[in-house]
Amino acid sequence: MENLINLFVRTIFIDNMIFAYFLGMCSYLAVSKTVKTSNGLGIAVIFVLVITAPINWLIDNYLLKAGALSWLGADFATLDLSYLSFIMFIAVIAAIVQLVEMFVEKVSPPLYNALGIFLPLIAVNCAILGASLFMQEREYETIGESLVYALGSGVGWWIAIVLLAAIREKIRYSNIPAPLRGLGITFIITGLMAIAFMSFMGIKI
Amino acid sequence: MSQTQAINAEREPLFSAKNLKLLKGPLNTINPITVQVLGICSALAVTAQIKPAIVMALSVTIVTAFSNLIISLIRNTIPPRIRIIVQLVIIAALVIIVDQILKAYVYDVSKKLSVFVGLIITNCIIMGRLEAFAMSNKPWPSLLDGIGNGLGYGIILVIVGFFREILGSGKLYGMTVIPKFMYDIGYVDNGLVILPPMALIAIGVIIWVQRSREKELIEKQ
Repeated sequence: MENLINLFVRTIFIDNMIFAYFLGMCSYLAVSKTVKTSNGLGIAVIFVLVITAPINWLIDNYLLKAGALSWLGADFATLDLSYLSFIMFIAVIAAIVQLVEMFVEKVSPPLYNALGIFLPLIAVNCAILGASLFMQEREYETIGESLVYALGSGVGWWIAIVLLAAIREKIRYSNIPAPLRGLGITFIITGLMAIAFMSFMGIKI
Repeated sequence: MSQTQAINAEREPLFSAKNLKLLKGPLNTINPITVQVLGICSALAVTAQIKPAIVMALSVTIVTAFSNLIISLIRNTIPPRIRIIVQLVIIAALVIIVDQILKAYVYDVSKKLSVFVGLIITNCIIMGRLEAFAMSNKPWPSLLDGIGNGLGYGIILVIVGFFREILGSGKLYGMTVIPKFMYDIGYVDNGLVILPPMALIAIGVIIWVQRSREKELIEKQ
C-alpha cells in the first residue's frame, strides 16, 4: 500500500507527464486557452488513461512478453511477441477512445460539445501511448501498480494543463514582446513551471 | 516515340517550383514545430545531446515520407469512416521497422531514445500531414511534403540539441569542444541546460528569433 501511494505521488509531481517527459504537448498547447475546456480535456485524459493502461498491462503480460504465452502450453513458452507491442497498444487506445466518445456523447452532451474535436485527438495524444510504453519499460509487477501509475499520470497531466490555462487567462492583458506572443511565451511559461516542479524532486512518503 | 514525348511535356517536371516549395516551406515559414505546433510531444525529450536528436530526426523523416507515400497511393480505396485506424496501422508498422533497425544497428542510441521511438506513432506531424496533404494529393508531391516536414521537424531538434549539448556538457556529438583552458580560467558547464525545462525555453527562444525575422508570423492579440 505504501508502495502504491509513493508511486502515485511520484508520477504526479516528479515524473510529471508534461514537465519531465513532454508527453501530450500538442493538445496541452492547443487547448489551454481557457480553464473550462482544459479542465474537460484533462478529465477525459485521466479517464482514457485509467482504462487503457491496465488493459495494455494485461495484453503485455499475457500475450506479448517473452514467455507470456506459456498459459497456452509448453510449445508457446518460448515465443516473444514484444515487437508487436506498438501496434497492439495503439489499436487498443484507438478502440477505447472511440468507445469513450460514444459514451460521452450519450451520457453528457454538454461535455461532448465542449470537448468537440479534441476527444478523437486523444487517440493520438502521446500521453496515452506514452503511459503504456513507460509501463512496459518499467515492468510494473501487478495490475494495481499499472492502474495507480495511469491515475497518477492522468492527474499530473490535468494539473499541468489547468495551471497553464489559468496563467494564460491572466497573461492576456500583459504587454508581451510581439514576436513572443501566443506560442513563444507559452513555451517559456511551461519551462518555468517545469523548473518549479523540479523542486518536488526527492519527495518520498 | 513522339507520343511519349508529348506526355512527358504535359507532365510537371519532378522538381517544379511548386514541388520545391513543398520541400522548403516546412523548413521556415510553415515549420511543423514552431509555426504549426505539431509533434512537440516526442521532440523535446531527446534533445539533451545532438546524436539522439539526429537519429530521431532521421527516423521521423523516414516515417513521415513513407507513410505519406503509402497513404497517397491507396487514398482512393480507404473508406473515410475508418481512415484514422488505417493511418495508424500503417504508421505503426513503419515505426516498428524503424525501431527494429535502430535496435539492430545503433543499440545505445535506441536505449537512450527509449519509449520515444514508439511515440513517433502518435507524433501529430505524421497524422496531421496524412490528413491535410496525403489524403488529397498525388504520391510524388506527398512524398516531398513528408520529407520536407520531417526535415523541418529535424532541423529544430538539431538546433536545440546543438545548444543544449554544447552549453550543458561542453561537448558536441560526444566529443569535448570547449578547450581545457576555458575550464581553468573558471568556465563552468551549465547543468540546468541538460534538464527538461530548458528544452522548452530553448524552443520558446527559437520561436522568438524566427518571428522577429518573419513578421507575418506574429500572432494577433
